Amino acid sequence: MKRARIAWAGAVHDAIEHEGQLQLLTPALSGQRLGFDEVVWLPPLLPVPRPRTVLALGLNYADHARELAFKAPAEPLAFVKGEASLIGHRAFTVRPAGVKFMHYECELAVVIGRTAKRVKKADALDFVAGYTVANDYAIRDYLENWYRPNLKVKNRDTCTPIGPWLVDAADVADPMQLALQTSVNGTVTQQGSTADMIFDVPTLIEYFSSFMTLQPGDLILTGTPDGVVDCQPGDVVVTSIEGLGELSNTITSP
Amino acid sequence: MNRPELAVPYLPRGTVYGTLLNFQREHALWAPRMVDAPYLGAPQAPVLYIKTANTFTPAGGAIALPAGVQQVDVSATLGLVIGWPAQAASSGAPEVLACVLMNDVSIAHESYYRPPVKYRCVDGFLGVGAAGVPLAALGGLPGLSTLALELWVNGVQQQTVFLNELVRDAATLLSDVSGFMTLQDGDVLMLGTDCLPDGSRVCARAGDTVDIRAPGFAALVNTFTQEAA
Repeated sequence: MKRARIAWAGAVHDAIEHEGQLQLLTPALSGQRLGFDEVVWLPPLLPVPRPRTVLALGLNYADHARELAFKAPAEPLAFVKGEASLIGHRAFTVRPAGVKFMHYECELAVVIGRTAKRVKKADALDFVAGYTVANDYAIRDYLENWYRPNLKVKNRDTCTPIGPWLVDAADVADPMQLALQTSVNGTVTQQGSTADMIFDVPTLIEYFSSFMTLQPGDLILTGTPDGVVDCQPGDVVVTSIEGLGELSNTITSP
Repeated sequence: MNRPELAVPYLPRGTVYGTLLNFQREHALWAPRMVDAPYLGAPQAPVLYIKTANTFTPAGGAIALPAGVQQVDVSATLGLVIGWPAQAASSGAPEVLACVLMNDVSIAHESYYRPPVKYRCVDGFLGVGAAGVPLAALGGLPGLSTLALELWVNGVQQQTVFLNELVRDAATLLSDVSGFMTLQDGDVLMLGTDCLPDGSRVCARAGDTVDIRAPGFAALVNTFTQEAA
C-alpha cells in the first residue's frame, strides 16, 4: 500500500493511493477520492510522541564518494537532521542568494516501524515500516570541516523534500535492488541503484541500533549515488526510486 | 498559563541542538590547531550537533555507560527552550520561553571533523533538568551571563562553568543559528559545554552520581550505571 499525508479542505488527512487517486482514510470522509493536484502533499509520516530522529548518511555510494574525492568510509558516515527541514512532495525549496553550488541528493529513506535496539542485520528489515524517497539537498558553499557535513549545509528549512508515498515494507520485495534517478527540468542527471550502497539498509539498522534505540517513525536517509549537479531557482527537480514514486520539487529564490 | 516547558518532569518536545566550541577556554585551546588539516580554518558558523530523543534521561534517572565504555564526559550546560510564537516575533529572533539545566554526556573524541553521532547520541546521554525556569525569572537573555553552573561528582565539586565566558552569548547564538534554520516551538538550543584547563572534561564512571546546580534551578541529579554486555 502507498500511504500519503495531505492537507485538504482545511485539515490534515491520511490517505492511500487508489487507481491513480488519493483515497482519504479520515473516517468522516472515508471513500472520498481526490486528484493528486487537489491537495497539498505533506511528508508521508505520522506524528510521533517524541522528537523524530532523522539520521542521514554521507558517502554511502562508492561512486559518489569518488566524485567528492574521498575514499569510501570504513564505517557509516552518519549525521543527524532536525524534523523542521522536512517538506512534502511538490513543495518549494529555497536556494539562498549568492550561493554557487546547491545540489539535490536522491536517497532511499527508511521509516522505522517498531522499537529497534541492538537489532541484528538478519532481522533488521523486520523493523522497517516502509520506504519513501528523500531529496537531501546540500548547499556546498556552507561546508566547513567541523562536524562535517555541518548543519548549515544539511539542516536548512525547506531543504529536505520527502515523499510522495510511504510504501509499506511488505510491498518492496528487495530494498537493495531499486533504481534511483533524478531529473532536472526533464533531463536525467543522476542514475544509480540501491545495490551500490556501501552500507546497506540492514547494516545501517544494525549499526545505529547498536548504540541508539530507534522508535517507530524515525528515519534513515541512506545516501546518494554519483551525479549531483547545481540547481537554480525555477528548476524542477524530480527524484524517483523504482516502485516508490517520483518526488517533485521546485527551487525558488528567497 | 500551563505550558509544557514548565511541566514537571520536563522532557523536550522538539529537537535538541548542542553547540560545539562555544566557550572561550576551549576555543582558545583549539585555535592553534584550527588551521591544520582536516579543519583548514576556524569555524565560521556555529558548530551544532543534535541530541536525539533516545538520549533524553529525566532528572533523577540513571544513565548507562555502554558495555566496554569505562568512562564518559559529563558537562553542565543550559538549554534555551524555544517557546511559541517564535517565528512570529517581530525581531526575527526566536523567543526563549524557559531555560533548563542539561547534563550533556558524550564519549570523548579527539577529532571534531566528522559528526559525533556515535559519541553523543547514545541512549540516555542527555540528563534533562526536571523543570524549566521561565526566562523572565533569570533576567532575560542578558541575565544568563551572570549564571554559574556547578558540576559535582559524588558530592565533590569538579567544575564551575561561567556563562559570561561564551564565544557567542545566548542572544548572538540564537541569532546566528536562526540565520540558517528555524528553531521551532519546543526545540532546545544548548549554549555549549566548557572544558577543564587542560582541555579535557569531567568524567563519570559507573556508580557515580553527578549533580548540576545553578542558582534558581532545582539540581539536576543523574546516576551512572554500566550497561550489561
